[in-house]
Amino acid sequence: MNPFSSGTRLRDMIRAIRACKTAAEERGVVRKECAAIRAAINENDNDYRHRNLAKLMFIHMLGYPTHFGQMECLKLIASSEFPEKRIGYLGLMLLLDERQEVLMLVTNSLKQDLNHSNQYIVGLALCALGNICSAEMARDLAPEVERLLQFRDPNTRKKAALCAIRIIRKVPDLAENFINPAAALLKEKHHGVLITGVQLCTDLCKASADALEYFREKCTEGLVKTLKDVANSPYAPEYDIAGITDPFLHIRLLKLLRVLGQGDADASDLMNDILAQVATKTESNKNAGNAILYECVETIMSIEDNGGLRVLAINILGRFLSNRDNNIRYVALNMLMKAITVDAQAVQRHRATILECVKDSDASIRKRALELVYLLINESNVKPLTKELIDYLEVSDQEFKGDLTAKICSLIAKFSPEKIWYIDQMLKVLSEAGNFVKDEVWHALIVVISNASDLHGYTVRALYRALQTSVEQESLVRVAVWCIGEYGDMLIKNVGMLDIEDPITVTESDAVDIIELAIKRHTSDLTTKAMSLIALLKLSSRFPSCSERIQDIIVQNRGNLVLELQQRSIEFNSIIQKHQNIRSALVERMPVLDEATFIGRRAGSMPATVSTSSGASLNLPNGVAKPSAAPLVDLLDLSLDDAPAPSSSGGDFLQDLLGVDLSPASNQSGTNQASKTGTDVLLDLLSIETPPVQSSSSPPDVLSSIQDNKSPVASLEELALPSSLSGQATTPVGAAPMMDLLDGFVSNPPKPENNGSVYPSVVAFESAALRITFDFSKPPGNPQTTSIQATFTNLSPNVYTDFIFQAAVPKFLQLHLDPASSNTLPAIGNGSITQNLRVTNSQHGKKSLVMRIRIAYKINDKDVLEEGQISNFPRGL
Amino acid sequence: MGIRFILMVNKQGQTRLAQYYEYLTLEERRALEGEIVRKCLARNEQQCSFVEHRNYKIVYRRYASLFFLVGVDNDENELAILEFIHLLVETMDRHFGNVCELDIMFHLEKAHFMLEEMVMNGCIVETSKTNILQPIQLMEKSS
Repeated sequence: MNPFSSGTRLRDMIRAIRACKTAAEERGVVRKECAAIRAAINENDNDYRHRNLAKLMFIHMLGYPTHFGQMECLKLIASSEFPEKRIGYLGLMLLLDERQEVLMLVTNSLKQDLNHSNQYIVGLALCALGNICSAEMARDLAPEVERLLQFRDPNTRKKAALCAIRIIRKVPDLAENFINPAAALLKEKHHGVLITGVQLCTDLCKASADALEYFREKCTEGLVKTLKDVANSPYAPEYDIAGITDPFLHIRLLKLLRVLGQGDADASDLMNDILAQVATKTESNKNAGNAILYECVETIMSIEDNGGLRVLAINILGRFLSNRDNNIRYVALNMLMKAITVDAQAVQRHRATILECVKDSDASIRKRALELVYLLINESNVKPLTKELIDYLEVSDQEFKGDLTAKICSLIAKFSPEKIWYIDQMLKVLSEAGNFVKDEVWHALIVVISNASDLHGYTVRALYRALQTSVEQESLVRVAVWCIGEYGDMLIKNVGMLDIEDPITVTESDAVDIIELAIKRHTSDLTTKAMSLIALLKLSSRFPSCSERIQDIIVQNRGNLVLELQQRSIEFNSIIQKHQNIRSALVERMPVLDEATFIGRRAGSMPATVSTSSGASLNLPNGVAKPSAAPLVDLLDLSLDDAPAPSSSGGDFLQDLLGVDLSPASNQSGTNQASKTGTDVLLDLLSIETPPVQSSSSPPDVLSSIQDNKSPVASLEELALPSSLSGQATTPVGAAPMMDLLDGFVSNPPKPENNGSVYPSVVAFESAALRITFDFSKPPGNPQTTSIQATFTNLSPNVYTDFIFQAAVPKFLQLHLDPASSNTLPAIGNGSITQNLRVTNSQHGKKSLVMRIRIAYKINDKDVLEEGQISNFPRGL
Repeated sequence: MGIRFILMVNKQGQTRLAQYYEYLTLEERRALEGEIVRKCLARNEQQCSFVEHRNYKIVYRRYASLFFLVGVDNDENELAILEFIHLLVETMDRHFGNVCELDIMFHLEKAHFMLEEMVMNGCIVETSKTNILQPIQLMEKSS
């Protein structure tokens, strides 16, 4: 019985499924059929097995599970009838995959069929093997396939060739067995064998370097001749497409030539002539011809340099780009992406056309073109191109805006020639598509603004103007709110007016209006509202005349259902009402945000302490694993979360600074000692009556207050500290003891550096049981390297055995540890261990040393582990 | 591997033939087919025949009410695939005589046999229509 001519029931099933009007109906029909098929399978029905499998394939195509039919395939394959075998193999390929255990059972049938006397049955087996073969089957059946590569019938040879591709992909080790038979296939005339042989060779080249070398040497000439023959062949009706003989073979040959020519000048030379011929003679008015030209261009671009050919190729792309057919333009853009690494100048010439493609109505073309433009932009053309892109942003589709915005922002950040341009362009993007801008982008903008001290006034006024028209763009609103909070006074008084600006008159209450609008707009999200509250608090001190009104607005949020806003509102209100004396200190302008830190954090590569210590230069007491940035962050962050969690992303850092982070404040260093001090101190500030303190005290005052040992006072000082610290050479003196107080730690303040090459010794680590001191020396003529002698002193009455000191440094440092003088540390007063370290600082002069240490030892056979971080290295090491 | 899958879909978006050359679970297939069909069928005649989706590039072509969609790798020659779709349709035309959706529905296995002779494991096997159809015609004769 033949499954294809009989099977009225298959027809009936398809009709029934077609007639279904709803998905539910269809499911019903399929369920019924499946039940019947399962029943037939259970009865081991032989007559209808093939028909049932045909049905299952249809059901599978519709997307229903058909695993229960898998065994039926195997039974059909084992049958001796051709039609049954045939459908069995088809079912095998459709319903099974190489991951299933069942497949193991078919190996034997496959082996028998590969050796069958009927070439069609051999063909079936090869086809199935080529589509689903697993690594194990590949190993088992590779000899059969190898033999069939030389089979007399070409239809078998071509299938064996593709089977071989599957085998070497599964088991690359088998590649060498196929090199010789594959090379033989390249000499054939039969197109099917040729095209599969060429594909096999291409794959072999990828799988094995030996094969590549072999084909390059032995076959390049032959392949060039084959391509020449195909390209010049007279009309062959069987393979003719639009006047070209077998474009598919053309393309596969060009692909293989590309692999052979890449990185080999001799092989490339051999193919120059034929490539030139294909590039010039191929008809370009039909798709088939263009497909060949496209492939030819790619080959020319990939093989070793030949100036003349490259010009030819670029010209073809130019023609493609100006073609009216969108398919051709698409592939041209695709190809130009690859050409840009070869000849950027030539691609730049087509800039105008490419820019037009960004505005195409076709999403596929737009996407390609945008990626290409992104690669084309450099310092010299960034201004006009960015302008074009931003102009286009206004009219582009909603779904394209996200992509476009991301690319524009990235370009602005990458190539901006000056800060004012950066700020201008970012404001334009924010006004046009602020809702598509990612958080880290506007965070970066705020960092830049904070650093551009001469542009603060200009920026806040520009933002104020932008906000008049684009209130719906969330991230614009956030940046504006932040800037008005920080630089509100500059907005009112027109401070730092630039020549290009139009003067505007903004009253204090106008500025408050804007913030009030942001906080009351129902579409504003939590972050925006929280930022607005902070801005209001800041303005309350800057605009005394509006103070009462601001308090009113803040109070309105006291009953807010969102805990975060409610809490902020209550706290801020109490600051305004009860703590007039400290308010101005609390809401001081933010210290300049350290750009390097922010960028570093975004890259996520360096520990926080390293770069901040160069900026704010807070020296830490010995061995306390606490980053200098953390207290600052915590203090400015008015959220009350405690239990800091390690985090390394840049976004968090800035979020903390902005005080909008709703997650636990980050302990940026990633060490495991929690630093709750900062937040707790602020809590104290808000609840405890604190003695009034001048906010702008200078370092000597700091010292004196520390001597008084009033920790809340000291920590309050710290609020003002970052700004007073910047630019002061003597910061270590003021900062270090204060940090000690925060941690309840007493130690000697490190001496200020004396600019000579002699560095003071430091106590690098001290615990109840152990002290480590570092002595420094610099080998002459090598400022990057520092020799450190570490001295370990036991502070306990017990002897430490198995004493091991380990240290780790960030990437910019290199550390070398010499062996220690001993591994036994005698009890207190009975001597010490010394160990020499050598540190090379690749960022000498920019970054200070930093080190994380771990000390392991045994007391009475009990393991002890101590860890710490050393950040109090003398500066300039 | 150049070709990752071949789909034939009618203009209502129903799959009429699906052949995958890599393993996807049933759920992944359904999801993928749904996404691709929605994307491609929404495009108009003037737009280009290539759509990028996930890590595939889909080359598609419409013949009357039937869409042929071929998913390929990123470095495959898109224009050649377009030409290949045409070859596939011509081959089916020669066998069925002006092939239509119903031919493929009711002769699903035959359509698969033809495809089998043209593509194996994502690579092109044969480009001559006569050679492709020969085993199928032999089989018809013998039954």
